[in-house]
Amino acid sequence: MSTAPPAALRHPARRRRRDWTGLVFVTPFLVVFTVGIVAPLVYASGLSLFRDQLIGGRSFVGLGNYAEALTDARFLEGLSRVALFLGVQVPIMIGLALLAALILDSGRVRAMRFMRIGIFMPYAVPSVVAALMWGFMYGDRFGLVAQLNEATGAALPSPLSSTWVLAAIGNVVTWEFVGYNMLILYAALRAVPEELYEAAAIDGAGEVRVALSIKIPALRPALWVATLFSIIGSFQLFNEPNVLQSLAPAAISTYYTPNMYAYQLAFNANQVTYSAAVAVLLGAITVIVAYVAQRLTERGNRR
Amino acid sequence: MSATTEPRPPAAARTEPPRGGGRPSAPARTRWRRSRRRTSLLLQAVMALMVLYTLLPLYWLAVNSTKTNGELFTSNGLWFGSEFALWDNIVTTVTYQDGIYLTWLFNTALYSVAGAVGATLICALGGYALAKFDFPGKRAVRAVVFGAITIPATALAIPTFLLFAELGITDTRLAIIIPALVSPFGLYLMTVYAADSVPDSLLEAARIDGAGAWTTFWRVAFRLLAPGVATVLLFNLVHTWNNYFLPLIMLSDPTLYPLTVGLNQLNSQVTTGANLEPVYNVVLTGSLLAIVPLIVSFLFLQRYWQSGLAAGSVKQ
Repeated sequence: MSTAPPAALRHPARRRRRDWTGLVFVTPFLVVFTVGIVAPLVYASGLSLFRDQLIGGRSFVGLGNYAEALTDARFLEGLSRVALFLGVQVPIMIGLALLAALILDSGRVRAMRFMRIGIFMPYAVPSVVAALMWGFMYGDRFGLVAQLNEATGAALPSPLSSTWVLAAIGNVVTWEFVGYNMLILYAALRAVPEELYEAAAIDGAGEVRVALSIKIPALRPALWVATLFSIIGSFQLFNEPNVLQSLAPAAISTYYTPNMYAYQLAFNANQVTYSAAVAVLLGAITVIVAYVAQRLTERGNRR
Repeated sequence: MSATTEPRPPAAARTEPPRGGGRPSAPARTRWRRSRRRTSLLLQAVMALMVLYTLLPLYWLAVNSTKTNGELFTSNGLWFGSEFALWDNIVTTVTYQDGIYLTWLFNTALYSVAGAVGATLICALGGYALAKFDFPGKRAVRAVVFGAITIPATALAIPTFLLFAELGITDTRLAIIIPALVSPFGLYLMTVYAADSVPDSLLEAARIDGAGAWTTFWRVAFRLLAPGVATVLLFNLVHTWNNYFLPLIMLSDPTLYPLTVGLNQLNSQVTTGANLEPVYNVVLTGSLLAIVPLIVSFLFLQRYWQSGLAAGSVKQ
């Protein structure tokens, strides 16, 4: 850059002058963004303001569908179920991922590469395949639980019974994403400046103290990213219960999660406009919860 | 386009890891850590348990894909049966119902490649522009698009279906590929990556040598962006390969199904007894074959997705 003419030095913002070139480069994204996100949301929001009646056809009901959803026992049941799921499964999964990331970063285990890849591997498995696989393992036909009961005379409860099926789903989701979250946290740990550890060593801090006082605070942003995606995933729970439904039709209803309910409304109950309202409402609730969680995290960071 | 605009070789780009990509640049630190750490049996045992947990189901699937339908019920689930029927099962799977499995595999590959390559190029162009150009409305674009990261893809599936039904393009390949082209998170990653890995000075040099914005992007910036591009490509590929909800609602023609929808349809047939032949072996072997390509690509492309994870996780 020493060869740059003085004129360019005097106007360092020359390349950054306002012109339309950048906008041209962003245009393809804006086009697909409009077609793939904005237009569907606008269209579905519009549709959700109407209601189809057997007599009289489609009529404008304003926010009527939303009012109905907010008092709809099936929607609320699904919503409280995913909230319970969120409250139990996400802390367990993030906790396991954090533990594994801290252990990897401690450098005190052998075969690190194998461990890292091995724990991450389920991320490459489609959730449908994961649910099929675990479903067979849970099942009483040739599943592991049934075989264990048979072999040992134990009476383990079926994971596909209505009491246990939510936990069984939680296990599948944990299995799928624990390694992904572990790697996000591990990558963030690798970026902690070395000087901090040296300073801590000079101060005589033990390993647990280093983990609590340096590593976990440094992990805050990464923990937040992992939690954000898990919150979104919990509210949108669909694939795993939908796949397991054929194995446990008595335990998993068609309105087991809000997404399953929206699907049921649109494709089996023929209540398209109500389904649109449920989908939009669920998306809005997810975004709001994610936003509130982010604000809480930011406040925590400032402290 | 003179000789001086030639970009540095790709290797030079790799010496500048993405923000937080500590792995390649930290050998000294690792040595320092390792030198004073001895292996801990307790920690080793905890990790071993976790690996056992994550690999056991994959092992179970691999073992049970080698069994005949009959032996699935009679043999130990964690060990091989008396007959090694993996090859027979593969043949049965790919020839089942006139090779419908291969059609699903082809569809999955088509949707994933078309969607992921398209999305990645779109994100690379857009991310580069957001990081390196100033243009009217840039702040608004950033705010709207990055805000959209929190809109979950599944929440969009039903609205997209309703719109596409209105437009008459449900039950077509486009109905799966168009939504796969949109990746706000990919755009975010590319923006972060471009800001860190494309030096302004190099762009300035290209400009002084008379290269236009388009030439500069392809000849200079794109090569520097290569590791970020590989990451976004891989993650988009996985996302579309694993997608289930959207194709489930968009498609009714089984010859357009991706593997995920097809496999689950087969599964609900065998479990509800709607199908006369109990083809558990097809479901299991089909599941195994569906995950092999992804596992192989993850193993081969490790360095890319690992540095990409770092880029995505540290900022924000």
